[in-house]
Amino acid sequence: MTRRERLTTYAVVVPFAIFLAFPFYFALVTMFKTNLDLANVEHSPYLYNDVEGHFHWDFWNYATTEHIRFLFEDTNYPRWLVNTLIVGGAVVGITLLLAMPAGYALARLAGGWGQGAGIAIFLVYLVPPTLLFLPLSRLITQLDLKDSLWALILVYPSFTVPFATWLLMGFFKTIPQELEDAALIDGASRLKALFLIILPISLPGILTVVIFTFSLCVNEFIYAFTFISTSEQRTVSAGIPNDLIRGDVFFWQSLMAAVLIPTIPLALLYNAFLDRFIKGFTGGAFR
Amino acid sequence: MGSWRHALESRRVLAVLLIAPAVVFMALVVGVPFVWAIYLSFTDAIGGSLSGRWVGFDNFVNAWHDDNFRRALRNTLVFTLASQAIVVVGAAVLSNFLVRDFRGKWIVRFLVVLPWAAPVVLSTIAWLWLLDSLYSVTNWTLARLHLDNAIVWLLGAVHVEEGAQVPLQWLGRPNLALLAITIVHAWRILPFAVVIFIAGRASIPTEVEDASKIDGATGLKKLWYVDVPLQLPIALVAVLFGIVFTAADFGVVYILTHGGPFNSTQVLPTWAYAIGIDSGSLGEGAAISLFLFPLLIVVSVAMLFFARRAQVS
Repeated sequence: MTRRERLTTYAVVVPFAIFLAFPFYFALVTMFKTNLDLANVEHSPYLYNDVEGHFHWDFWNYATTEHIRFLFEDTNYPRWLVNTLIVGGAVVGITLLLAMPAGYALARLAGGWGQGAGIAIFLVYLVPPTLLFLPLSRLITQLDLKDSLWALILVYPSFTVPFATWLLMGFFKTIPQELEDAALIDGASRLKALFLIILPISLPGILTVVIFTFSLCVNEFIYAFTFISTSEQRTVSAGIPNDLIRGDVFFWQSLMAAVLIPTIPLALLYNAFLDRFIKGFTGGAFR
Repeated sequence: MGSWRHALESRRVLAVLLIAPAVVFMALVVGVPFVWAIYLSFTDAIGGSLSGRWVGFDNFVNAWHDDNFRRALRNTLVFTLASQAIVVVGAAVLSNFLVRDFRGKWIVRFLVVLPWAAPVVLSTIAWLWLLDSLYSVTNWTLARLHLDNAIVWLLGAVHVEEGAQVPLQWLGRPNLALLAITIVHAWRILPFAVVIFIAGRASIPTEVEDASKIDGATGLKKLWYVDVPLQLPIALVAVLFGIVFTAADFGVVYILTHGGPFNSTQVLPTWAYAIGIDSGSLGEGAAISLFLFPLLIVVSVAMLFFARRAQVS
């Protein structure tokens, strides 16, 4: 790259990165702000200021962690995190159980109609929860699952299974057929070949599915919001806007901490598995 | 036992056995509620019941004659089209530069992917804070840069928001709120589109690059005749995704404005929620959400079409 090319690259890429990351950077600044500093509109919102609105280089003395303590000690936030982990974990398990065999069969065994069936399953993923939440909410009440995490564990696979089946189909397609053929010639049964040859090689792909499926569960809002109305049973996505925003009262610092805590590990995982995700996602239809 | 094992060795039988559980499950948790939603939309079912009296197309007709519904429909289309237009342009530009090798690429990539990795509702709360009328960093910064009055003037001049005042109520005035919601949607979909666009570029064989060089195709000419047609199918998939996930989204509008001020930012999902859950008119709520369906059909058909074309080529 020439010097000019390098400069234009930064000139484009840096403003985009700032725009995309700014809400999170600002959330990070806000979560340590003192109430007095936050509520004074004359004070710079980017910095930690003293009571007069001046910035000092030992800025940590003018910041506070009291709002994070509030979040963990005086709200149900820890409970929501645990609930989210429970729901996410259970849904990931159910999803793998249903999607792994289906993805494998579509990639390998189904022949000509595999591609069509794969796309059909994928289209199911496009049926949005906003179309289904009304009948489902009645159904959940009827099954006596309202206010129970089971409601979410039962319903979330409706969008994770098609999503995961599609991804896994993409991953299984990238594994050379010869590996399997060799095992079959050596006298292994198809199921044995599947468990001993295919599964170990697809482990990175399966891990990718685990992460993105889990993330879909953390993201989900309308079901969690409609099916569950007791604070203790909520997940993070539904609990934070419901409990930390009370009418006109916003617990901004605690809110921002609550937003960043699940986001940071998810962002790290996304970055680690992004290339694999794209491979599986586009590998299903485009080779 | 013997024939059972034999059957498992047959591709066809094994395929059906492996696919069946997933298909049956999806039929139960997607197919059944979907058919049920259609059924409900033709009844006068109210909250607390699973059925009602058959009323034909009444719910659809009632919804259609409601100004709030029409605004919700219009807003859904506006948010979707406007945000995806921004996404396509942004993703085309950004992906073009992100494929280059430069120092600090990993940190740029980390920052760019953040809006996609963050749970939607949570990042929308971060935006709520950025757009707060009194304490917002946006207004503070604009005021320090002496741009706030200029923006108020500009909004009036282009007839977006007449009579706005400093400090700007980003979510408290109808058209400003529409603008803010569009930007938040574009912001959250952009990273996904960028990543897919990059994958699309990577899928172009290097021979094509070499051949176009030999043929003397450079700059805009190469972009138009070589890059765009080759990346189009995969880029369109990103766009179709963006359309579905913007049109069907409930969280962004609900968190930012609750559909307000005065129902001016309602979209189909939030309006369906307001009617179906808050007012308890299950049937009419179902009818409202079903207005999303034609859009989904169009998108699905387009998706199938491009997937097939990408296969052939």
